[in-house]
Amino acid sequence: MRALKDTWTMAKRSLRHIVRSLDTIITVVLMPIALLLMFVYVLGGALGHQTGSIKYVDFITPGIIVMTVISGIAYAAFRLNTDIQKGIINRFRTMPVAPSSILSGQALSSTLSNLFSSVLVLAVAFAIGFRSSAGLVQWLLFAGLVALLTLATTWMAIFFGLWAKSAEGAGSFSYILLLLIFISPSFVPTSSMTPVLRGFAENQPFTPIIETMRSLLTTGTTGNKSWLALVWSAGILVVMYALAIRQYKRKTFVTTI
Amino acid sequence: MEAAITVSNLKKAYKKNAVLTGVDFTIESGTIFALLGSDGAGKTTIINILTTLIKADAGNATVGGFDVAKSPNKVRQHISLTGQFAAVDDILTARENLELIGDLRHVSNSVQTAVDLLKKFNLTDAADRRVATFSGGMRRRLDIAMSLIGSPSIIFLDEPTNELDPEARSDMWQTIRTLAKNGTTVFLTTQYLEEADELADTIAVLHHGTIIAKGTANELKSLVPSGLVKFTFHDEKQLTTAIGVLEDDYEITERDDLTLTVATGGSTTQIAEVFIRLRDAKLEPTDFSQQIPTLDDVFFKLTSTKREEK
Repeated sequence: MRALKDTWTMAKRSLRHIVRSLDTIITVVLMPIALLLMFVYVLGGALGHQTGSIKYVDFITPGIIVMTVISGIAYAAFRLNTDIQKGIINRFRTMPVAPSSILSGQALSSTLSNLFSSVLVLAVAFAIGFRSSAGLVQWLLFAGLVALLTLATTWMAIFFGLWAKSAEGAGSFSYILLLLIFISPSFVPTSSMTPVLRGFAENQPFTPIIETMRSLLTTGTTGNKSWLALVWSAGILVVMYALAIRQYKRKTFVTTI
Repeated sequence: MEAAITVSNLKKAYKKNAVLTGVDFTIESGTIFALLGSDGAGKTTIINILTTLIKADAGNATVGGFDVAKSPNKVRQHISLTGQFAAVDDILTARENLELIGDLRHVSNSVQTAVDLLKKFNLTDAADRRVATFSGGMRRRLDIAMSLIGSPSIIFLDEPTNELDPEARSDMWQTIRTLAKNGTTVFLTTQYLEEADELADTIAVLHHGTIIAKGTANELKSLVPSGLVKFTFHDEKQLTTAIGVLEDDYEITERDDLTLTVATGGSTTQIAEVFIRLRDAKLEPTDFSQQIPTLDDVFFKLTSTKREEK
């Protein structure tokens, strides 16, 4: 009970940070929106005929949403690391607060803010012609998958936020994840890639997640990779949660003698 | 008097660098304790161990009656820490900072608690400004105000007046005195002897990871030669003669171009005896003054003898 209340107090604090640094929200949504526009209007003409019966904007929107999440979680790492550098985490650590709430508060606020960013990006996609035949159930499943992915990758961000020596370095892990999104069927079908790349693209974790999202939004079915998407997301969540907690316990938060 | 904090044979090393090499002290409830030491002496390490931030390698420590290693959560209910650098949230307002701590300490009315503390620390006008815009003194005041929420019985202040201007420093001293008057035990660290002298009931001097002296300010001052009298002479010849007359029986603690400081012992008779000797040698000091021993003298004496032993 106490842990839940403390988690909510921590999440409220962190949400205030997010709301008050509007520039970070803009930075988070700006890149995916820019890429969405570029892919649809600049490259869409050339790539569009590769996606068969699916309209190109409908094809790439799920990948763009995943990209939004990944650029959002980088800030969770940044915020956590800043709190460590400024000694605020140490203030909490000397108080009788549930230790888990310090990290869980960040995870909760990051998930909420990334769902919000995703809605913003979806609205832009909608404005430029994205349409979905999905019903309420499919949309809820889609939102659930986005939330699960955010939660899993936020714990990854928390791990790197604890691990990094500086706030600037804390978010850099997300570049690797962004790269992974490009080497996936986000923007072009994997069948158009070279064999080696194709083998990688078809077996990396983002692929089933993006394909399940696309399936939900375009055909209204969960598709044949939904179990794989769930296993990957839940797997990343469990592993990164364990690693983050371990790092939290091992870390020496103090620097001065 | 019961003990608020007991520390025995505390040891801590970072890698192979020994920071604490066996620290012992006891602090009585409701008193102000000053841990005095230069930069890098290990003051913050002791605070970090007592506030459950890090674990000691060896030794025991209890805070508020609980073992810091075995029941850190119990300890946390009795303490608060104000670190060396104000740990306030820049993005929140002063009021939100206070309410945040109130919520985390589960006080019954964190909104009212915040209002009261803002008033007490003269921050009401700035209550709804973001802390990023605050001056150093205001940040410190907010920091201390946050530490008082939930009425902890033991407060740790790590160099509380570091980087404060003289006015803010004197405000801080007043706050610390008021805390102790209301029964809070205050543990503070400082590099300033004046500060320890001004505030503390008990002072411990930390040097190279161990306590080299402890006691009241007066007890520590009695460790240095007392009854110091400083004489000024007309020329160097007189000064040399004076040394010749006095050095066999008195300790000469300092000599400059034309001045000489002599440890007389302190009583009127002892001081008079020195004057008589000078008169008998036909020496006429142009000026003299009694020197009150300061903690500086104690500190330098203690640390220099330790250096010689090494």
